[in-house]
Amino acid sequence: MNPDDIINKLHPLERKVLPHLEKKISFDDLVKKSGMKDIEVMRAVQWLENKDILKVDSEEKEFIELDSNGLLYRKEGMPEKRFLKAIKDKPLSLGGLEKKSGLDRNEVSISLGMLKRHGAIDIKKEKELVVSITGKGKELLKKDSLEEQFLKKNFPVEFSCLEPQEKHAALELLKRKQILKKDKKTFREISLTELGEKVSKSKISGKEVVDKITPKMLKAKSWKKKGFRAFDVEINVPSISGGKRHFTNQVVEYVKQIWLELGFTEMTGNMVHTGFWDLDALFVPQDHPAREMQDTFYLKEPKKGSIKDKELLKRIKQTHENGWTTGSMGWRYNYSEETAKENMLRTHNTVLSAETLYKLKKQDLPAKFFAVGKCFRNETLDWKHLFEFYQVEGIVVDPDVNFKNLIGYLRNFFRKMGFPNVRIRPGHFPYTEPSAEVDVWHPVKKQWVEIGGSGIFRPEVSKPLMGFECPVAAWGLGLGRLIMDYWDIHDLRQYYKNDLKQLREMKVWLK
Amino acid sequence: MPTVTLNRKTVEKLVGKKLPEDKLKDRISMLGTDLEEVTDEEIIVEIFPNRPDLLSEQGFGRALSSFIGLNTGLRNYHVKKTGAKVFVDKGMENVRPYTVCAIIKNLKLDDEKIREIIQIQEKLHVTFCRKRKKAAIGIYPLEKIKLPIYFTSKKPEEIIFRPLEWKKEINAKEILEQHPTGIKYKDLVKGLKRYAIFHDADENILSFTPIINSHMTGKINDKTKEAFLEVSGFDLHTANYVLNIMVTALADMGADIYSMEVVYPDRTLTTPDLSPRKMKVDYKYINKWLGLDLSEKEFKKYLEMMGFGYEDKHALIPAYRPDVIHPVDLGEDVAIAYGYENFEPVLPEKATTGKENDFEKFRKQVSKILAGLNMLELSSYHLANKDTQFKRMSFEEGSHVEIANSVSEEYNIMRWWMLPQLMQVLQENTHNEYPQNIFESGVVFKLDDKEETGVKEFTRLAAALCGNDADYTKIRQILDYLLRSIGLEYEIKETEHPSFIGGRVGRVYVKGKAVAYIGEIHPFVLENFAVEMPVAAFELNLSEVFSLLSE
Repeated sequence: MNPDDIINKLHPLERKVLPHLEKKISFDDLVKKSGMKDIEVMRAVQWLENKDILKVDSEEKEFIELDSNGLLYRKEGMPEKRFLKAIKDKPLSLGGLEKKSGLDRNEVSISLGMLKRHGAIDIKKEKELVVSITGKGKELLKKDSLEEQFLKKNFPVEFSCLEPQEKHAALELLKRKQILKKDKKTFREISLTELGEKVSKSKISGKEVVDKITPKMLKAKSWKKKGFRAFDVEINVPSISGGKRHFTNQVVEYVKQIWLELGFTEMTGNMVHTGFWDLDALFVPQDHPAREMQDTFYLKEPKKGSIKDKELLKRIKQTHENGWTTGSMGWRYNYSEETAKENMLRTHNTVLSAETLYKLKKQDLPAKFFAVGKCFRNETLDWKHLFEFYQVEGIVVDPDVNFKNLIGYLRNFFRKMGFPNVRIRPGHFPYTEPSAEVDVWHPVKKQWVEIGGSGIFRPEVSKPLMGFECPVAAWGLGLGRLIMDYWDIHDLRQYYKNDLKQLREMKVWLK
Repeated sequence: MPTVTLNRKTVEKLVGKKLPEDKLKDRISMLGTDLEEVTDEEIIVEIFPNRPDLLSEQGFGRALSSFIGLNTGLRNYHVKKTGAKVFVDKGMENVRPYTVCAIIKNLKLDDEKIREIIQIQEKLHVTFCRKRKKAAIGIYPLEKIKLPIYFTSKKPEEIIFRPLEWKKEINAKEILEQHPTGIKYKDLVKGLKRYAIFHDADENILSFTPIINSHMTGKINDKTKEAFLEVSGFDLHTANYVLNIMVTALADMGADIYSMEVVYPDRTLTTPDLSPRKMKVDYKYINKWLGLDLSEKEFKKYLEMMGFGYEDKHALIPAYRPDVIHPVDLGEDVAIAYGYENFEPVLPEKATTGKENDFEKFRKQVSKILAGLNMLELSSYHLANKDTQFKRMSFEEGSHVEIANSVSEEYNIMRWWMLPQLMQVLQENTHNEYPQNIFESGVVFKLDDKEETGVKEFTRLAAALCGNDADYTKIRQILDYLLRSIGLEYEIKETEHPSFIGGRVGRVYVKGKAVAYIGEIHPFVLENFAVEMPVAAFELNLSEVFSLLSE
């Protein structure tokens, strides 16, 4: 690139730094020389480096600095020296020594050990311990120790530059409390590149350039006489994030859209239901294993609800007991109204279909309905189990609807969800006949994944609810497994984690 | 659903053909069972609860053999008469009303067969017999029993015998207290003053049903050639099906079935009765239901592939198939035989008009408005923690809905309001960047006698601003913008609320109805959630706002 183009794009900070650059200069010197703030120089240097104007050589070096005690000892001498001075003229007890030397107990005991080791003192036990100086001790008093000499150096000092005996002294001092501290510092040396030399030789301050456009400038038209500084449009900028809908809700909206486009009407309803609606109306016998405590969330308060439509209750009771007029033999047991009243969290959205069928009139046919909502199962939370989860429910009420159509609707839905291959297998649900398990081919895992159940409602379900006979194709599909891969989710609990950083950064649903 | 581990060799022998592995796997899943695994020795499958007859090697092999077209149609089982009697005592209707029985001869048992028999019994007990609640099975070596047999009841203390795998004789009360099987099943006889037993002509107790057999007379082994088989329970239909499933499996092992006369005070039943039920096959109906156009000949073929007989436009339903209770059940079996994989998907052309739920549409718009204000939407559970909902919000308990049996103890009530969950999210995100502006709309639950369930559900919207600048003005601006955007006028009156700072909390009214609280969260509450940033928030009753909007 030609130096003029580069100059044209220089940021004001870069312009300020550039004149102070030499063939080689340390970062710290550059800060001093330019009189700018650390961070400003840092940014300018980085940008200039990106433009290949300069080169930065970084080296990490170990430095030694005086710590709080170090500063003190440099002024007042090492504790052991002060110790010796205190007993130079006469032996002292430890208490007396503390007083005279001004050392604290800890310093006294460290010095005591050290001096004893060097044979600089004698300790006698009288009423208390009494310490006296030896000849060797007197020798020591005459000159500075290596440690003391070291403390007098100009800090910070670079460790690798020390003489061997200085290194030894430093290591000894480092073992002691808060005398020295070690620090790692990165040293940056900046040198101009060939291009940099050219640029720095060119005249930088020529024509005045506009950096930020201000309203004042526009009003006064002052920009007309100036050029615009060119920006480096390729450089990265700090990221921002905006508000958005939760990612599962983005999918829910998409799923709703699919069914709306296929002419389905949305169903909604309560999450708390009596067993009557959630199970009995769907011809699930009252002693069915699905009803057992471990699978279903029952309520403690209010434990039981009521059944308002007594006629419907009668029909459903008879259907269970003897098939009523549905042509069925029924389950042949004594139906309990009390069991029917037990409150629970809906175990499937099929309960919404049951309520919808109950309200449906013959003249409204054909009719199609869907729901996307939460169902509940009494599970301990872990990476592959949740106690609440989305289920996509759908029904088609049409005198002409058949098993082939059911598969047709399912295939259409899964195609739009990005799973073109669907298969059904024989399955079993107490409320459908035929019943089919629905699998989709998972292109990443390369296997069939079970997504839900489907079938045609038994007459024992549809007739008592609607009061007339009509086939109803129905399905209930899980959503969790269909969307895990889109966001690379491996733990189902992530759907409810609400980690704001993650929510901010997640991509949106784009199918 | 129960998973059974079947002996692959036994099954293949019963099928009459060794299928290649792929084909075997495919046929098993298309027959209507959930295949888990096939190994060299085993076939592991989950059996759907409607087909208890598939819980044994024999039943499974029989069905698979028909399904692949080898041995199709109704199987004939010959039941020989013995005239041997079982007397059912008066008063059993209050204890355990029914029993049906059979005698099995010519048993050629070995360890493997005994394992198979025990597995059928166990799996039937767990599933179709509802953990022995509906019915229970007993099998006894005939050589240790003197006919006739009596089905009667006694007081617990008077029932004294040596239960299976126990060293000495104890009474029924002690069995329920001491014997592991007794302890496991004691609830089944809870509240009964008398317990049901079978005893033989010498008054030797065979079993205390449905709990446990006698160690002396209630244990078969590889030397047993003849056996007495009984099923007792509360439902005669269930008992009959269980007996039929058992005897046909034993017959498929090579044994002979003999009937017994079960003499009730008012009638005598000859069991087992293996004659098939008849059900009319309504072609038109089934063809329409399935979207097929099958001929009578095809119907016959497919029904026979599923083990049914076919005669004069009627299906003959084997006596071990309890699941066929309506003509549509035949339809499903025809569909399975036809092959689910052979149904082509057809999307009907019929037009209907789709319609989104009005409230949901409204809720979506509200969420979009808040997202447009740079707020992040959350997704929380409907189940909540009672302490978090009330105590940590320094709020007195509301009339909340309580869960009876949550396995996650932390989640013990249905959420009563939304704000606590937002606070919880702020607590869990203190390491993340501020400001944290969040919202969520969701269903909350309250007690209400007027509802069928006693629970009123409605949707609330909660929004919270958390960060250096969060204050009343900022949150008020959000609410103000939201309500103006949906075209509602409102007024705010000062109020008190323990979760908010006094003097900085307002009640929001639309058309005279209170619809929201808005204010700055009290530092006491912030402390409870370990949040060290100011929080300003509101909670708005969206359901109410929507109905006011529609007025």
